[in-house]
Amino acid sequence: MKDIGRLLIALTLIAAGAGLILSLVEGVTREPIKEQRRIQMLKALSAVLPEFDNSPDTDTVTLENGVDKKGKPIQVIFYRGRKAEELVGTAFKVIAPDGYSGNIEVMVGVKPDETLQAIEILAHAETPGLGSKITETGFKDMFKNKGLDNADWRVKKDGGEFDQITGATISPRAIVGAISKGLTFYREHKQEIVAAQGAAK
Amino acid sequence: MSLIQDFSKGIWKENAVFKLLLGMCPVLAVTTSAENGLGMGLATTFVLVCSNIVVALLRKLIPSKVRIPAFIIVIASFVTVVQLSMEAWVYDLYQALGIFIPLIVVNCLILGRAEAFASKNPVSRAIFDGFGMGLGFTLALFILGAVREIFGSGALLGYTLFGAGYQPMLLMILPPGAFITLGLLLAAMNKYEARRA
Repeated sequence: MKDIGRLLIALTLIAAGAGLILSLVEGVTREPIKEQRRIQMLKALSAVLPEFDNSPDTDTVTLENGVDKKGKPIQVIFYRGRKAEELVGTAFKVIAPDGYSGNIEVMVGVKPDETLQAIEILAHAETPGLGSKITETGFKDMFKNKGLDNADWRVKKDGGEFDQITGATISPRAIVGAISKGLTFYREHKQEIVAAQGAAK
Repeated sequence: MSLIQDFSKGIWKENAVFKLLLGMCPVLAVTTSAENGLGMGLATTFVLVCSNIVVALLRKLIPSKVRIPAFIIVIASFVTVVQLSMEAWVYDLYQALGIFIPLIVVNCLILGRAEAFASKNPVSRAIFDGFGMGLGFTLALFILGAVREIFGSGALLGYTLFGAGYQPMLLMILPPGAFITLGLLLAAMNKYEARRA
């Protein structure tokens, strides 16, 4: 046991060296990673919002929508797109927890008249070739100009008006449900969301 | 001469995937397309070469009783470096490879080379060994990914190969396709070797 000191020193030195290298790399990559995430966010936002000329990723309102399983409040961030200072649409993320495998994250863009501009699937783990067809344009376009008042928010199999995908009903059903919940939340809090606080920079 | 042998043995004679059947988790899981296979292979090669260099440099300083934890610290550091760099500069690939980048840490190919080769040989040989083994691994992942992409999505590296009438064999992209493709490739290679012998 007398060489335990030597072992300790050797491992400590190696771990310290590793820590030094990692902190250097983290420092170098911090800005590019932040920039990448911002680009991805803006890409998703411009896909679901009408044409805008502000930066919706900084023009936001954050609201709380219930609590998650651990009792922490769930925060929903609303990104507001403006053109010539006029609000043209609001984007926010809805999460469908009841997909076929894992959560489906959907970015939805709502126009001021409470109908949808477009939707974009941000993340999913549905079966390739079946449930994954939710990312295809044909599926996403179904939601254009649909709102709570002019559509029956169920898939056709359940008596509604949204086409399910052949061989995959669960994924579209989850998405349709999540979006309609999101739209309801938007309607209930429309005043707070549209209100000018934190206006465009 | 021996440096070239150190390099070339990893490509064919001791190919990590086709001969040693090491590192099966990334081999089977990420090869849904040729591009994913290539990206995973190159990331693994980078980690393997770096860890081989450092392990070979430190081989006289690392007490043998704690060599495994020491190797793992070295490997894990380089994997984190790769992960951060990919997120910063090749974001699309980073998203496609997802959870499998951190899992390079536990790729037994890398620990295996550190233990079996780099810790017993000088830096120069360890570099060639790392490159050879890494490129052999990359080649195997690329072949597997290409076969699965051609049959499973009718495309190669994203370019559609067949007309619109082609019905993709979904199975090939799903997990069973990985096992079937690898099994058939191994069978074909064994047949070829047996005939040559």
